[in-house]
Amino acid sequence: METLPAVRARGITKRFGDVVALDGVDLDVAPGRIHGLVGPNGAGKTTLLGLLLGLAAPDGGRLEVLGTPVGRAPAAPDGVAGFVDGPGLYPSLTARQNLAALAALRGPDARTAGIDDVLGQVGLTDVADDRARGFSLGMRQRLGLAAALLTRPRLLVLDEPSNGLDPAGARHVHGVLTRLAADGTAVVLSSHRMDDLEALCAEVTVVATGRVVFSGPPEKLAAENRELDYRLLTSDPRTAHRLAAGTAGVRVVDDAGPRRGAGALVVRAPVPALDALVARLVHAGVAVRGLAPVVPPLEAAFLALTGQQEAGR
Amino acid sequence: MTAAAADVRTAGGRRVPVVRVYRFELVKLVSQWRIRLLLLACWTVPGLFVAAVGRQGPLPVDTLFGRWMHATGWAGPLVVLGFAGTWVLPLLASVVAGDVFASEDRLGTWRHLLVAVRSPRRVFAGKALAGLTVVLLLVAGLACSGTAGGIASAGDRPLVGLDGHLLAPADAAWAVLLAWVSVLAPTLALAAVGLLGSVALGRSPTGLLLPALVALAMQLAQMLPLPAAVRLALPGYAFTAWNGLFTSPVQAGPILVSTAVGLGWAVAATASAHLLFLRRDFTGPAHDGTGLRAAAVGLLPAAGLAALTVAAVTAAVPSPGSGIGRDEVERSVATAFAHLYRLQTGQLNRPDVTEAQLRTTAACTRGVGRAAARGPGNDWRCVVTWHLPGAEAAGTAVYQLDVTSDGRFVADGDGPKEVNGYFLVRTPAGDAPNPLWQFDGTVGLLRLSKG
Repeated sequence: METLPAVRARGITKRFGDVVALDGVDLDVAPGRIHGLVGPNGAGKTTLLGLLLGLAAPDGGRLEVLGTPVGRAPAAPDGVAGFVDGPGLYPSLTARQNLAALAALRGPDARTAGIDDVLGQVGLTDVADDRARGFSLGMRQRLGLAAALLTRPRLLVLDEPSNGLDPAGARHVHGVLTRLAADGTAVVLSSHRMDDLEALCAEVTVVATGRVVFSGPPEKLAAENRELDYRLLTSDPRTAHRLAAGTAGVRVVDDAGPRRGAGALVVRAPVPALDALVARLVHAGVAVRGLAPVVPPLEAAFLALTGQQEAGR
Repeated sequence: MTAAAADVRTAGGRRVPVVRVYRFELVKLVSQWRIRLLLLACWTVPGLFVAAVGRQGPLPVDTLFGRWMHATGWAGPLVVLGFAGTWVLPLLASVVAGDVFASEDRLGTWRHLLVAVRSPRRVFAGKALAGLTVVLLLVAGLACSGTAGGIASAGDRPLVGLDGHLLAPADAAWAVLLAWVSVLAPTLALAAVGLLGSVALGRSPTGLLLPALVALAMQLAQMLPLPAAVRLALPGYAFTAWNGLFTSPVQAGPILVSTAVGLGWAVAATASAHLLFLRRDFTGPAHDGTGLRAAAVGLLPAAGLAALTVAAVTAAVPSPGSGIGRDEVERSVATAFAHLYRLQTGQLNRPDVTEAQLRTTAACTRGVGRAAARGPGNDWRCVVTWHLPGAEAAGTAVYQLDVTSDGRFVADGDGPKEVNGYFLVRTPAGDAPNPLWQFDGTVGLLRLSKG
């Protein structure tokens, strides 16, 4: 396992004219780790991924990719692969031809080596000889991932790789990324799907308006957001409402609207208060048929950190 | 980002050699159905057209060498060249070069490509070379197909030049080859304008149309009564300068000047496109080309080059103006008549005479008088006089001339009937086309090029 960090960024800034895309961003990604990058649209995620891929240079700060300082001039070292803003594919070529043409850029020896293997890894063997023109978004994403895998990267940078994937496709992609990380490849991916990030990422960085607002393990992110909305489904909604209103630390959200569902109520509480409410319900003989967060903890934390909490409720 | 920064960018990871980028781009281009259809059309349609025309009665006499398509197979590729220079080559340059860069914008593949290649300079070089290769393949297809169709339908026979002299098949083949090579320079100039439009305007259709618009403007300019120096300074003139290859001696001056101008435009437009491409920032939000203003600025070096060429040609040519003077027209008509008279003599089985024995002269007027006869127009009238050995009286024949601003003219015989007044002559083998009835000719616009 390598010891040098795959990515080490300190105080990165990037401007486009008057627009500050990144403002003092720090980022650390270790080899063999999957690092999630989340943030609202326009937060600067794609710009940051573009810097890692060598598509641009930072205007300020210090950036090292695979141990190589990037400095003021962009330069992606060998071993970096991936895509931003969707995979780049040529519709007039088949999946196999797309990969073969890319492989040929690396030399005659690489022309066919590994193409079948990476197509198999992303589950596209059956359509290997179909033109990319007819591919769905999910298939394009998987072919883009296969193209990146072809270079045997040490740092894989992916922008929204789960877009358009069906459950089977998502399973393929998750399996590939997990295996890559196990083999020591660092993966940086952006996503809007919190379940993906929760399932895949050892660490996440939340970016809002060009600044890092959180960086660390997803569990820590969820834990930092202590008060959540929960949907509570009981055998006696009227009694449950009364008991919830009378439990310290628990508030009944009366304007939950369609989020509540028939026969359920929505309560806002930290975990200890919620435990107390459940105990009181059981003591009162009210059966608890369902209890789950209205918004997953990671998503709720994301919404809270990025100032979009009200929009999410 | 500056060009210097772009240069430093390439110092990063291992860069891909240009030859591999070139192959990659070529694979992408040839995989497009549009390009495949163009290649197929260019390698087949001219041959079929020439063969079909060669088998039918009416000939395309409005096109240079069209009237000789029954007589020799070497007229076919020249008819194709005349038509291609007006419409086909600019359109080919538009479709291929005008889309080389824009296609990446349309497909959203720029970032993917740059990550794979790691050098914008090499991406540019690979794309430009691949576009150039396809354009050359298309032009070669037009030339080869037209030649094959001509030779198959009319045979490998001597060709009558634009001054009436006969080119042996081998000389005709060489001249046809040189003519096609000479139009590569303006074609490359238009292709480079296409690259510039493609880089500057991204997926906008204006980028695709830019070379076609420039070609159209050049065509219009060539139709206007511009001074010869201005005409030669525009790359469009090279699409007609090859006419001078079919006179004796060859009118080399206009060909060399227009080839140099075409190559100069190609270099200037390519350099502008290169600079614009290196300045482009591919991480910016929703970047799509650099805009119409950039395209206009990018054309400035080529326009400056045109101004410089005008100045240089004006300084080199002793008499400015249209380049079409009475003396030049009279000399061209007399020379062509003498050559064609010998041809007619041979058809009629009469004793051969030489051009020197004929001592042919022409007296041309335009409109009201002889003194003011100059410039293009369809109101030229020439009286040709010649002498036959042993005959005291000189023969005369009248021609109406339509002289166009590029120096080409069509002489239409006005009598006497037995010389140039009827389209057929009665030969021992039967009726045959009369070479003196109507003929094409050309006036050298540069006095320094005259032989």
